[in-house]
Amino acid sequence: MAMTMHVNIVSAEKEIYSGTVIQVFAPAEMGEVGVMPRHAPMLSTLKPGVVRVLLQDGDEQAFYVSGGILEIQPHVVTILSDTALRAADIDESAALEAKTRAEAAMKDKASDMDYAKAKTELIEAVAQIEALRKLRKKK
Amino acid sequence: MAGAKEIRSKIKSVQNTQKITKAMEMVAASKMRKAQERMRASRPYAEKMRSVLSHLAQAHCEYKHPYLQDRTDVKRVGYIVVSTDRGLCGGLNTNLFKAAVIQMSDWHDKNVEIDICTIGKKAASFFSRFQGNIISQAANLGDQPSHEELIGTVKVMLDAYDEGKIDRLFLISNDFENTMTQTPTVQQLIPATGEVDAKLEHHWDYMYEPDTKPIIDALMMRFIESQVYKGVVENIACEMSARMIAMKSATDNASDIIKELQTIYNKARQAAITQEISEIVAGAAAVS
Repeated sequence: MAMTMHVNIVSAEKEIYSGTVIQVFAPAEMGEVGVMPRHAPMLSTLKPGVVRVLLQDGDEQAFYVSGGILEIQPHVVTILSDTALRAADIDESAALEAKTRAEAAMKDKASDMDYAKAKTELIEAVAQIEALRKLRKKK
Repeated sequence: MAGAKEIRSKIKSVQNTQKITKAMEMVAASKMRKAQERMRASRPYAEKMRSVLSHLAQAHCEYKHPYLQDRTDVKRVGYIVVSTDRGLCGGLNTNLFKAAVIQMSDWHDKNVEIDICTIGKKAASFFSRFQGNIISQAANLGDQPSHEELIGTVKVMLDAYDEGKIDRLFLISNDFENTMTQTPTVQQLIPATGEVDAKLEHHWDYMYEPDTKPIIDALMMRFIESQVYKGVVENIACEMSARMIAMKSATDNASDIIKELQTIYNKARQAAITQEISEIVAGAAAVS
């Protein structure tokens, strides 16, 4: 039986893959790396691309990563992906939409601030009116 | 029947309020389940990130990242305050702000200035009134915040640290213990502290590809972001459960009020009937 190692692929939003494999291929900064068990400890950044894992039964699974960090310990490989979805699931339009939304949010920053300010001023004004009304009733 | 009509309309209005609070409770309950799942889903990343970082702290690397170094002379500190966007969630935000203000006044006594980064509308409106210098903010993240939306906000703080404008960075957010309890917690993000893994005590170092500095820089930035993201996701779970509890007690209170009002109404009705009967009887006696 071939030697195996553990691989964890995680993104900030969920765990993508965790299991025992024979070999991992990852798009490291300096070019694609193939990692086998007992690899020396290594840290590398990842380029956007496909991470493939070779399972014990000879099957291969692929995951898309849009960058991230690869940590190799002799028997554990950890891939901290920025946004890792299954390669089949990539939705181009959703990615674009997220980008434009982020840009709009940046522009809206000033108006949000004004809203918060106006709201607190309103609360203050309401409290003042309430207090005046109470004073008037006493008279 | 004096007052009976007013009491009836009062009962009606309380009943309407109760309907709303009941609906909000149920919405919060279903959102809470999803928020908790999301919180659990974000945990593996934060855990793996922390373990890589603690490995790194033990690797005998010649490059020490600024985020791992303690600056002794503290002139200005940064706070990232994670709050909710919407209200009606009990004392969740208030408790958090209270904890934040206590911390900040400590720094204030030491003549240390404070920069604030707010996440969520409530923090933005609170700290814009409170003496505090808001340098970045994010709001309207919704129930499913994405990592990308936070990167910019956090980067402002990290840049401030890199430029030496702030000497420490803290994260204030609610810690989800269980549905009933949420505790405001303050976590120090920079300088970062990693736990020690006993297995890796011998002398070793990573191979770095392409170079030491860019990797560790990227790693540290992601570490901070992941901690903030975890804080935000956890805070949403807190918000939902706090809202559920608050709305549940509001619904219960409404039932109590309705019960009381009903008793008063019945009494008033009875009194009115008694009065009417005695008037009729008295009238009949006068006639005969």
